[in-house]
Amino acid sequence: MPLVKQGRITTDLFVHVADGAELPGDGAILISAARFLEDPEAILKRAGKAGVIWPNSRAVDDLVPYLDRLAAVALVFPTFRDGRAYSQARLLRERHGYEGELRAIGQILRDQFVFMSRAGFDAFEVKKDADADAFAETMKRYSVFYQPTGDGRVTALNRRMQLRHSESAGQ
Amino acid sequence: MTSPLEQKKIRITGPSVVTANRTWDGAVVYRTADRGWSTALADAAIVGTSDDARALLAEGVADDVGAVGAYIAPVEVKEGGVIKPGNLREHIRSKGLTIDLLPA
Amino acid sequence: MYAYDELDRTLINERVSEFRDQVKRRLSGELTEDEFKILRLQNGVYLQLHAYMFRVAIPYGTLSSKQLRRLAHVARRYDRGYGHFTTRQNIQFNWIKLAELPDALAELADVGIHAMQTSGNNMRNVTSDQWAGVAPGEVEDPRIWSEILRQHTTLHPEFSFLPRKFKIAITASEHDRAAIKIHDIGLRLHKNADGETGFEVLVGGGLGRTPFIAKTIKPFVHGRDILSYVEAILRVYNQYGRRDNIYKARIKILVHELGIEKFAREVEEEWKLMGDVGLTLDHSAIEEVRSRFSYPAYEKLPHMPDELKQAAADPLFERWRKNSVAPHKVQGYSIVTLSLKPVGGPPGDATADQMDAVADLADKYSFGEIRVGHEQNLALPHVAKRDLPQLWRALDRLGLATPNVNLVTDIIACPGLDYCSLANARSIPIAQELTRRFANHDTADMIGRLHINISGCINACGHHHVGHIGILGVEKNGEEFYQITIGGRADENAQMGVLIGPAVPYAEVADVIEDIVEAYLALRDRPEELFVDTVKRLGVEPFKERVYATR
Repeated sequence: MPLVKQGRITTDLFVHVADGAELPGDGAILISAARFLEDPEAILKRAGKAGVIWPNSRAVDDLVPYLDRLAAVALVFPTFRDGRAYSQARLLRERHGYEGELRAIGQILRDQFVFMSRAGFDAFEVKKDADADAFAETMKRYSVFYQPTGDGRVTALNRRMQLRHSESAGQ
Repeated sequence: MTSPLEQKKIRITGPSVVTANRTWDGAVVYRTADRGWSTALADAAIVGTSDDARALLAEGVADDVGAVGAYIAPVEVKEGGVIKPGNLREHIRSKGLTIDLLPA
Repeated sequence: MYAYDELDRTLINERVSEFRDQVKRRLSGELTEDEFKILRLQNGVYLQLHAYMFRVAIPYGTLSSKQLRRLAHVARRYDRGYGHFTTRQNIQFNWIKLAELPDALAELADVGIHAMQTSGNNMRNVTSDQWAGVAPGEVEDPRIWSEILRQHTTLHPEFSFLPRKFKIAITASEHDRAAIKIHDIGLRLHKNADGETGFEVLVGGGLGRTPFIAKTIKPFVHGRDILSYVEAILRVYNQYGRRDNIYKARIKILVHELGIEKFAREVEEEWKLMGDVGLTLDHSAIEEVRSRFSYPAYEKLPHMPDELKQAAADPLFERWRKNSVAPHKVQGYSIVTLSLKPVGGPPGDATADQMDAVADLADKYSFGEIRVGHEQNLALPHVAKRDLPQLWRALDRLGLATPNVNLVTDIIACPGLDYCSLANARSIPIAQELTRRFANHDTADMIGRLHINISGCINACGHHHVGHIGILGVEKNGEEFYQITIGGRADENAQMGVLIGPAVPYAEVADVIEDIVEAYLALRDRPEELFVDTVKRLGVEPFKERVYATR
């Protein structure tokens, strides 16, 4: 399953470690929320970056105390019709100021890339190779956005107001 | 008519066909004996046992590019082998609207 | 009318390109039907009994003549020459080919029409009063706010995969023509004590398997805060709405399970935490949207022109005028409803030729503007009174002057088993038979206001729960049966109808409705007492007795 990060297909430096499996001594790991919360300090102190897979049925509040020390948070789309993680993503980025990698995992198709990016995701475990290949192209699909989110894209309303301002200034 | 798309257990009680809608235009189609689809009910492969129905349905479902939402529908086989839809829903799918489109 | 600017046009063109790519991937097999289904639904494409059905949005029910002509063109070029206006200010085409859909969408996009979010588990077409902007006594034009919400809800990055569909309706009049109490969010525009514009926000209304009337969650949300407040509701719903059971996934169930107080607290808390996230609408932002609505340059016209005085001698004209013409906020003008309920016709259908002709009449008599109402009729919103006689003659020739608006034959009906893959029973032929039974307009006039709503299954697209008489198709041993309810209503006093007894077979429905109407005529205490009021006064018993005594 290809990982798209910063707009291109890249090698995943994080190792998914299953709940029962032993943690590697160093290197970046991605573990479940349950395992992380058993002993967060131990995980965060270990050599190597830590990332947590956070379920979409649990409020992100419990993760907030650790955000500045986490290298990655992975939010889950069990099917692409389950959109809870979009809210979680925006809360992490926009309300709690999370700046690390925000990864989308699960059933990820190209048709969600723009939505996900706008919600704050910057890494995508894409289900199909063809979709991963089409990432850059797909992200160019839209140039107009109606809603403000934390992604910094200028909204249609802002563009209209700027236009109006410059028109009235030019008169 | 309980939507046949919610069919769970496959148990047929009489002659049946597999029907679906053709992907590119949505037209009503019936699974044929030569592993294709036809818009004519007369061309449909008729099955008489639940096992055969299951097999025909599996074959239809597998052709996801050709047709959508395959399910088993009852038919009546009349004298001379003429096939008729087995319920009102299938009658409407096969014959079209029961209504006048323009005010009478 | 709202005029799209370059940005709106760009966005819908980008959506057409995206959908073209999605269709291409589906037809090549790159997308499975399971994957594609959600994507096509997000753009208004269902698969029905005979073909794909394509639902096109008519935001807040406003169309230009140019747009209506393009809808007629799509009906002719890509479909079978007609379309069906729905209860949510959309139009549906019944025979669209998937492979041709991207071209149809592109042609619609040329005139600023789209099908975004007309189905699927997202925020649907924002609906409003079909008389918005022209009804006397309105607080202000609710379409400004509808358009603000339309933009905000279009391709929303957080709420495009909700637990279930989500419908918003707005009214700004005392009399609610937008049925806001049966919507997921209902917004009633009003002014607070300081004269500021805001909304009473209602939440959790809806029909279907588990009908609920919406409850007030906040009596006044200031206009500038409406986007953030709606966003807070949606965020609570997106996270806590049920996803385990499709029948329990609507926000009405969440509101019911939590209770309105607890739900309101959750929303309030989220709203406070949200803080300033760029959603506050300052005056200039609202004015920016308002400035792109244009209003006709009305003439100064007499209240009672000579043309109208003369035409009053014609009883047929007078009957139509009294029935289908409503007061306008500007003197000398009227709002004219065009009945899409001809005797014997499918409710809400219009042919491409009718659409073209209505577009021409709109150009000639209504400043090029047409409205679509949730009762599945059209309206010309700015007709000079002096033009009414001419307009009537033209409409009559087109079969669009049936004087039955709000009467017993002005039936709301879903497509039913003739078209719909979810239906259990047919709706349209029941409606057609009823319009024949009550074809005599004198009788219909004498009966007075009476709304019959018909749904072909429990999903209630025909709003049967809130019909004065509701008819619900069910299946019993492979046969069509119909449950009858009475006393429902969809307006500001919205309530669910009450079942009168066991379901009756297809062939008996029209007889039963006739019995109910006859019972009403015998029971009403004066001719002005409406059917619903008689039911309210007496309950269902006397009606039940009449219907089942001989059955």
